[in-house]
Amino acid sequence: MSAILNIEGLRICYEGRDVLKDLSLEVSGGEIVALMGPSGVGKSTALRAVAALQAFDEGRIVVDGFTLLPGPVQPESRLVPLRRSVGFVFQAHALFEHLTARENVTLALRHVWKKNPVEADQTATRLLEALDVAPRAAAWPRQLSGGEAQRVAIARALAPDPRLLLMDEPTAALDPARRSALSATLRNLAAQGRALLVATHDADFARAADRVVTLPSGR
Amino acid sequence: MIAASFLLIALAQGAGADSTVLVWGGDAEGGAPFVEADPANPSRVRGFDVEIAERIARGLGRRSARFIQVQWSSIDQSVERGDFDIGMSGVEDTPARRAQHAVTLPYFEFREVLAVRPQDQGRIQGLADLRGHRVATLGATIAYDILLAARDSTGLIPVSYDDDVHPYTDLLSGRVDAVLLDHIIAQRALRRLGGAAFVILPREAATGHYVGVLARTNPALRDSVDAALREAMGDGSLEQILRRWDVWDASQGALFERVLRGAAMTQAARAPATAIAAYLPSLARAAAVTLAVSFLSMALAVLVGLGLASARVYGAVWLRAAATIYVEVVRGTPLLLQLFVIYYGLAAVVRLPAFLAAVLALGLNYAAYEAEIYRGALQAVSKAQLEAARTLGFSEMQILRLIRGPQALRFALAPMTNDFVALLKDSALVSVITVVELTKQTSIFATNVGSWVIPGVLCAVVYLAMSLPLARLARRLERRWGGNAA
Repeated sequence: MSAILNIEGLRICYEGRDVLKDLSLEVSGGEIVALMGPSGVGKSTALRAVAALQAFDEGRIVVDGFTLLPGPVQPESRLVPLRRSVGFVFQAHALFEHLTARENVTLALRHVWKKNPVEADQTATRLLEALDVAPRAAAWPRQLSGGEAQRVAIARALAPDPRLLLMDEPTAALDPARRSALSATLRNLAAQGRALLVATHDADFARAADRVVTLPSGR
Repeated sequence: MIAASFLLIALAQGAGADSTVLVWGGDAEGGAPFVEADPANPSRVRGFDVEIAERIARGLGRRSARFIQVQWSSIDQSVERGDFDIGMSGVEDTPARRAQHAVTLPYFEFREVLAVRPQDQGRIQGLADLRGHRVATLGATIAYDILLAARDSTGLIPVSYDDDVHPYTDLLSGRVDAVLLDHIIAQRALRRLGGAAFVILPREAATGHYVGVLARTNPALRDSVDAALREAMGDGSLEQILRRWDVWDASQGALFERVLRGAAMTQAARAPATAIAAYLPSLARAAAVTLAVSFLSMALAVLVGLGLASARVYGAVWLRAAATIYVEVVRGTPLLLQLFVIYYGLAAVVRLPAFLAAVLALGLNYAAYEAEIYRGALQAVSKAQLEAARTLGFSEMQILRLIRGPQALRFALAPMTNDFVALLKDSALVSVITVVELTKQTSIFATNVGSWVIPGVLCAVVYLAMSLPLARLARRLERRWGGNAA
């Protein structure tokens, strides 16, 4: 299967210091790749560069045919194809605090992807059910447990049906039982043909991945 | 330390109790020819009231007279507090004052005269010709009461000032169409502005008298002052003083004669209950003005504040700098100064009506505070949420409208309500540019009935009636939104 994400020779400097250097990797549909390494080696930075939240200095990133090049981050108006292809689950979940779990999932469907409310609701229900968090659909983010909030965040990222899902330290706030459940969830998502790139420093969790790319700690 | 405190207390008591000095209070601000700072030595005062006070002191056998500065509208309250022995400087003889305080014999007769622009001289001969026109005067005076009565009978619009200088400059600039004030004030303004600047109409609207006012509990001193005044009228020294200040005329001679003959000078005081009832409609009108000024100013403050906050959060470097300078300058200077600058300072360029100037000054001032609230609220929405929104494909505008704005509004709501309550109270300041709002009306009311107790309580009740529902509304909204916006 052809690669959905292709990173070649990625280099990111910050204040004259290399945060990330010469990172190359590919992730294909149906594949889970774990990006490993201790805290501070640039795992999150790499994910942010793929999601065009972060400029990079050298290399090339191609997501589902859309190419990102070194230089400042492009304006959002030029990033529409990338936004459609990439979902991002943040470490802190970053749910919209003023919206319920369901509204967190439907907001982009309605206002970015112009689905009608009924369609958006159906998609949200389906995703929340699949992620086993449907009973909490009417809850506010602050009322959710860490595991529930993460599943709502995954549902929100999956709502536009992206081909690549980026996850930053997904096991950080989970107990062991939840971790294995999460592995199963990710496996399911991959089975639907998605590419998953997961930044983690959790070696046990990384074993569930198809492939592990380890970033060197010293630079 | 303790010894020093005792010394201070002894000094403070000594100041009030020195029986060899007559302590008198008056307002030297724009106070010629009554009392003003001496141009040759601004630490001293001069004026006919100054010389009359000295003459009274001599008559009482005191060594000298010492002047204490007090705001003109507070002379009555201040003398009752014991700040000085006698209040002078154009204090008018009114029934209410006689009912509340110990008042001396009248020592000067003034005429309430109308001043108009030269070109209006043919059209306007008296108050009856001023229907629909704005007529200026000092607040809490006989002239103001005459204008209030004329508002009901002839339909003119009274405009109250805190000083007797700006009514005439505003007459020239066209903000008002006539000024009703004491003839010596009008004549002084005419000298200051040039002899042809305006015309003083010959027909007086009323006559009145200046008196000294003493504490109600001090009738003995008042009687001694009366004796001293009679003596000064009899020996010609009072006439000399008035001639020296160029305010002597035949009516003063007639007044002295009546006083020395012992003729009664005053009308019966209005009963306090009727006085209070008479002021209730004005109080309600003033409360409406306070509400209107406050709501319009707040609306302006919110709009401008949003613009400034957006400039500070989203703007280019120069825009951020400009917004920051605005916020710092406005927050760093007194609102009172801004009111004066907008109303009087800009008058040469644009002559804003008082109400509009009040709304502009308050609105633009509070905009700086609102801007800081909104900026803080916008920045309180977590960066992670904004990035999550970007990865979902929202445009910057959509992020502001759907995610950042709604959350920021909830953060901003409580401080905004606090600001609005503060603005409601700060709106009292606009009385300095002739807008009669609740506090000003209360002060006029208090001066005229001679007590702050009932007017003060009424005023406080009205303010609370306006601010408490707002505070409750804010708490309710906070509770409703508190569950989902931390």
